[in-house]
Amino acid sequence: MDFIRIKNARKQYKNGVTAIQDVSLSIEKGEFVFIIGTTGCGKSTLIKMLYREEKPTSGNIIVGGIDVAKLRNSKVYKLRRKIGVVFQDYKLLNKETVYENVAFALEIFGAPKSEIHEKVVKVLDLVGLKHKAKQFPTQLSGGEQQRVAIARAIVNGPKLLICDEPTGNLDEITSMEIMKVLDEINKLGTTIVMVTHDNDIVRKMQKRVVLLDSGRVVKDYEKGSYNNESI
Amino acid sequence: MKAFRILSRNIRDSFKSVFRNFSLSLASISCITITLIVVALSIVLSYNVNNFATLVEKDVTVVAFIKLETTNEEVTQVENDIRRLNNIESVTFKSKGDISKEMMDSSDTFKNVMADWTDADSPIQDTYLIKVKDIKNIKQTANDIKNITNIESVKYGEGMVEQLVTVFETIKKVSIAAVVALIIVTAFLISNTIKITIFSRKREIQIMRLVGASNINIKIPFIFEGLFLGILGSIIPIIATVYGYTSFYENFDGKVFSSFIELIKPEPFIYMISGVLLGIGILVGMFGSYRAVRKHLKI
Repeated sequence: MDFIRIKNARKQYKNGVTAIQDVSLSIEKGEFVFIIGTTGCGKSTLIKMLYREEKPTSGNIIVGGIDVAKLRNSKVYKLRRKIGVVFQDYKLLNKETVYENVAFALEIFGAPKSEIHEKVVKVLDLVGLKHKAKQFPTQLSGGEQQRVAIARAIVNGPKLLICDEPTGNLDEITSMEIMKVLDEINKLGTTIVMVTHDNDIVRKMQKRVVLLDSGRVVKDYEKGSYNNESI
Repeated sequence: MKAFRILSRNIRDSFKSVFRNFSLSLASISCITITLIVVALSIVLSYNVNNFATLVEKDVTVVAFIKLETTNEEVTQVENDIRRLNNIESVTFKSKGDISKEMMDSSDTFKNVMADWTDADSPIQDTYLIKVKDIKNIKQTANDIKNITNIESVKYGEGMVEQLVTVFETIKKVSIAAVVALIIVTAFLISNTIKITIFSRKREIQIMRLVGASNINIKIPFIFEGLFLGILGSIIPIIATVYGYTSFYENFDGKVFSSFIELIKPEPFIYMISGVLLGIGILVGMFGSYRAVRKHLKI
């Protein structure tokens, strides 16, 4: 069953630049998909449309049954509660502890304290940071900060995890550690869409790979069929 | 239960946030403090000017002189006729005997001259001292009194009173307009300061949006934070008003420049101003935060 269905999506910015041109794509529930391509090919715009940071100029984008193009600004939160997003720059609150950063995503819904505690501890354990719960983001390494960001993104149990170059700031070893964590989350049933520049990671992971060029899908490699592509 | 949890979390977080972002909070608090002190000063000044104007207006008296040959019954009839008019606050009778006595008591010259006067040859007339309800209509009222039978003439300081009324009316209007304008300017000044401080927390708002907080979820903690900033910012102006005005009043014994200008008594005046300052602080703090956050919620 398709979790994400993109049909003839097009995105033109106000300055006239067309970032996405006639993209159609389906992603099934539980899939792990890499979106790759050169800088400026429209990767980031495509995933921004998935979590409604950007609106398509035309075409349809259905995420978990929600028509993103028709979603009003005031209702965006309904979509965001179904998905988790991880960024290259982690986007953590540096004045809050690791625990508080993760708990934040649950507190805004008014979850009971006991439930918050249980879920936060569980998810910190999953990303291997249970022992650093009381530390502040600035006291952690880049890889650890990214794991906190992942923990925050999945603590709500989202059906979809969107990752925008999550390993962009990390070294090779740390990057692979992050990928392991993401792979585990994927195995638990979460659909993952990840934008990356890192060819090594894409090659090693052997997942489905969508190659974009000038805002169009030029190749769609099935799981395990990707060998190499200069990006 | 869920709503209560969300509300208590919002209050706790906003309180925490005031202290976690202390340098930014301090900027907003200082701005609120300074502007509220100016507002307090202008309220004290305009209320005292208004109070003085009202006191002076209340003091203005119309004197109606009764014809010399009028009988006692006719004098009583004159009083009834005056009371029947609109705009009459009080009517006091002052007989020619009372006036003569007052004059003779006030100076020896008068005493010598007036000592031999009899009721028949005294040129002094019986009078009615009349206070009006609305000083703006004093001219009309004076004319009406003048038309009453057995009234010879009416005096109330024509020309001067009208000028005084115009000046006081202008002062009242200008001072109210100044206070209102100052409050509006304060609101925008504080709102802009909070806007700048919230701009630096754009990231926080972005993250809140990202994890699925609805717009109202995002706004409420900031609005509460504005409320706390407003309360904290009004503390110093309130203390300054309460102690400052009381000691000013006591120092000058309730009168400034001359015994003619009386100050408003500190109680309950200072409490009223304190309430107004707290109210402005809270409303402006909340409004400022609301306005600032709203800007970041548009996609």
